[in-house]
Amino acid sequence: MSTEAFEQVTGVTAERTAHNGDADGLEHELFTINFGPHHPATHGVLRLIVTLEGEVVRELTPVIGYVHTGIEKSCEDKSYWKVIPLIERMDYLAYYFNALAFCMCVERLLDEDVPPRAQYLRVIHCELNRIHSHLVWLGTSALDLGAISIFWYCFRERDKILDLFEASSGQRMHTRYIQVGGVMEDIPARWDHKVLGFVNDMEQRVGQYEALLDRNEIFLQRTKGIGVVGRDRLLALGVTGPLLRAAGFPWDLRKVAPYSSYEQFDFKIPVGTEGDCYDRYRVRVAEMRQSCRIIRQAVEGLPDGPFITTNRKIALPPRHELATSMEALIHHFKLVTEGFRVPPGEAYLPIESPRGELGCFVVADGSAKPARVHMRDPSFVNLQALREMAVGGYIADLITNLAMLDPILGGIDR
Amino acid sequence: MPDATGLELIAHELRERIPGSVEDTRYQRESAALIVSPERVLDVLGWLAAEPAQRYHFLASLHAADYLPAEPRFAVHYELLNMQRVERLLVKAPLSDPGEPELPEIDSCVELFPTADLQEREAYDMFGIHFRGHPDLRRVLMPDDYGGYPQRRDFPLGGEPVLFTHNEHEVPRWFE
Repeated sequence: MSTEAFEQVTGVTAERTAHNGDADGLEHELFTINFGPHHPATHGVLRLIVTLEGEVVRELTPVIGYVHTGIEKSCEDKSYWKVIPLIERMDYLAYYFNALAFCMCVERLLDEDVPPRAQYLRVIHCELNRIHSHLVWLGTSALDLGAISIFWYCFRERDKILDLFEASSGQRMHTRYIQVGGVMEDIPARWDHKVLGFVNDMEQRVGQYEALLDRNEIFLQRTKGIGVVGRDRLLALGVTGPLLRAAGFPWDLRKVAPYSSYEQFDFKIPVGTEGDCYDRYRVRVAEMRQSCRIIRQAVEGLPDGPFITTNRKIALPPRHELATSMEALIHHFKLVTEGFRVPPGEAYLPIESPRGELGCFVVADGSAKPARVHMRDPSFVNLQALREMAVGGYIADLITNLAMLDPILGGIDR
Repeated sequence: MPDATGLELIAHELRERIPGSVEDTRYQRESAALIVSPERVLDVLGWLAAEPAQRYHFLASLHAADYLPAEPRFAVHYELLNMQRVERLLVKAPLSDPGEPELPEIDSCVELFPTADLQEREAYDMFGIHFRGHPDLRRVLMPDDYGGYPQRRDFPLGGEPVLFTHNEHEVPRWFE
């Protein structure tokens, strides 16, 4: 087919590259094609404008904003405790992390301490959430590479985690469990035993996933040596999380700047050596094992005490006090109608989400509503590395790179 | 974080190296902030990243904020990070509002920190802050033909008409 006819039929522009004449035919022409936004392999509503030379990617531009819902703006019209359910819906696979970043940021503005039991409960839920997020990533990524059975296995375990969330907070997703000053309520009886049972199960399951993928020739050929970007370049691009660790840089905020009593747990930071897609897969799978270790230690060492701060200006009084104490009733009324006020100031607080540094920036103006809430979402920043990972490789490797980048479009577009 | 003394030392050295750069310092809630003149922000960031004693070479986050009714109204925040010492330093560049239709302007730091590319576009999209020298300053989250800068404090929340077949001709600019 001639170039003109091709353009007429497909609507795709084909331009000849300068270095070859007319004789070489189609394989040296540049095609600009549209990829997404509604395609399962884009892990959400990501649109890529890809310029191809034959099968080789020559240029790539992400177009985002398709699920922008203005959450940051809406937060400015809600009192602090009503912001939490909104903020959870940003990165919809890491809802505990969004809530934790926001609550810890507000706690810093309030200068409020969190009881140890609440910190441990936060850690247990966040690490369960990290496993959940990595399971969804592993299942869908392997699906992108053509392996369908692992998807069902991953989602089987994911469902067990959602059952645990449902038991502890009443919701499977977007649980609104983490509150400013602690957590919503104590765990139900025997929930800790269920968690330990799950963790024991999960450690075996991780081995089974590895058995399915680690010696799978197709999987190895499609991931090994793909998408390597140097460590310094990744740092310049602001990449954090498993992508950076796969390149051999042991940077994990849980270790280097511990928060929420992470310093009390014994765990390792998995790192890669090559920085290719295979290492990214290995690092995340190893992280699931480490999360299991943290959960086990946290459940076994769960301290007694209150699960939320006893400061009545911030946390609701227990229900039984309302019948007997006038003060408790007043506090309850003030908190439910107006919410608590936060002294003027601003804070930026980063935590380690499954995808990297999740920073929450809050400006308080002294009222009961935040003046600005901003999430530094790791997916948003990491997406900038996709171009350098994919350009020069085959279009099939672009799919691998995108899958191993693990972008969550809810977090990118917010 | 550098402590209050460390912050003053950095500010002192910056005042000597780059005159007129540091306007103020602020240390509160365990976080250190340098308030920097927007004309000098690139020099300051470059010095903090390259100076062997500082090495704040990782830009963790770039975001903007609108402090209406305070003056100067806007500020661009650069959350810098020294990975060896695990120290964070906030560089804050206040910007006044020149009034419509002009936009507040500041130099782009994409050359220095490639990670700022999308984040500067977001600040432009949401607050209308013009980053001089940005290679591709377009809207990133809002539609290309959107009017106004939605995260400014004087931009109303809600009130945007929803398109239905009965009002699609009345709603302004729907077909553009």
